[in-house]
Amino acid sequence: MTKLHCVINDEPVTVDIPEDATLLMILRDVLHLTGTKEGCGEGDCGACTVLVNGKSVNSCLFPAVQAENCCIMTIEGVEKHPELARVQKAFVDYGAVQCGFCSPGMIMSTIALLDKIPHPTEAEIRRGLSGNICRCTGYQAMVDAVTALSEGKVT
Amino acid sequence: MYDIESFCEATSVEDAIAKLQDQTDAEIISGGSDVLIKIREGKLAGVRLVSIHNIQSLKGVSMEDDGTIVIGPGTSFSHITANTLIQKHLPMLGYAVDQVGGPQIRNIGTIGGNVCNGVTSADSASSLFAYNAVLELKGPEGIRRVPIAEFYTGPGRTVRRHEEILTAIRIGRKDYEGYGGHYIKYGKRNAMEIATLGCACLVKLTSDKKSVEEMRIAYGVAAPTPVRCRKTEEMVCGRIVNEELFEKVGKAVLLEVNPRSSWRASREFRLQLVEELAKRAMSQAVINAGGEIDA
Repeated sequence: MTKLHCVINDEPVTVDIPEDATLLMILRDVLHLTGTKEGCGEGDCGACTVLVNGKSVNSCLFPAVQAENCCIMTIEGVEKHPELARVQKAFVDYGAVQCGFCSPGMIMSTIALLDKIPHPTEAEIRRGLSGNICRCTGYQAMVDAVTALSEGKVT
Repeated sequence: MYDIESFCEATSVEDAIAKLQDQTDAEIISGGSDVLIKIREGKLAGVRLVSIHNIQSLKGVSMEDDGTIVIGPGTSFSHITANTLIQKHLPMLGYAVDQVGGPQIRNIGTIGGNVCNGVTSADSASSLFAYNAVLELKGPEGIRRVPIAEFYTGPGRTVRRHEEILTAIRIGRKDYEGYGGHYIKYGKRNAMEIATLGCACLVKLTSDKKSVEEMRIAYGVAAPTPVRCRKTEEMVCGRIVNEELFEKVGKAVLLEVNPRSSWRASREFRLQLVEELAKRAMSQAVINAGGEIDA
């Protein structure tokens, strides 16, 4: 076991972790932040996407020990920020949620995308969300939601 | 939980070398997007890992006084694409590494890992071949520099010794200045895909922009290792740029590649791609070099 010090959703956290743990496992099983999902477990599906120092990463491919001194945001942290919570509202308003399993990851990727490109084209939206797989929607609803967000249509 | 025996974080390149000398069966982990998947698949089960993730001297892009661009192997793909030196001088490389996986993978995966993995499908490899990149390896005996064309020895195999660390990817001014380039990745999807074939082409035109002064063309997945097609490159030197030349290049490269059939694509399909991508990549490289194409 080793000690991990980091900031998760704006709060400092110190937690004992085994050195073979994924960040995903620490978030879900130790800290009980179960909004972040495990899909494929090998970086293909994006369901486990979280932000580490503002960058989207697959938490299943992120050794927890490498999160030392990092700032992590999960879907649970999004609602604390009104401007980010709009992303969740947009997904609801535009029906970009069906079974919901991909939604936390999709929303984190959307936040990372809009942080980098505030007014993306449709191609940039599709590329920005290309690391997140959704087996329900066919993606158009997400593209519509992100477009509406970037055009300020979601309040 | 990863199936690993141990995970130790190196504090410096020297520390990493010492740890690799102590643990003769250890694997290096940097971003982890390849190594952790291999562990999950059981290929590296029970491995000892030496992490070079936190070594700051391995990160970033800089330019030396003579114009040589030095890329830290621990630099992530997304960092490379966004870097202004890369955008200005090595745009083909910045574009090529932006074709890896998806956004999340590009935020953690590193160019050094892409190279040291030794696979022919690495998106960075064909561009680095075209730019004549030189790899700097540091081991217990000191530093050696290896041209990338001599780095790969077979599928998943390189000349890097167990206790050596890739410490820099160097590209000299003469190898990028005045060139226009283009990389094409062919895959069945636009994202989250391993290349079926990759083609990188650099073209330098004569001052009247009508003829080829120098051309370099390199492939990934067209052979067990990334390859340059040097006979084709010699053949096009001094030729006038037109559609006929692209056709000739498309045929000539076929004699210098040796793709295999895999579940992703047959040899025959890859040969067709080799020819077609050569034409498309070279024609776009000519445009990027400031040339026009006479029909």
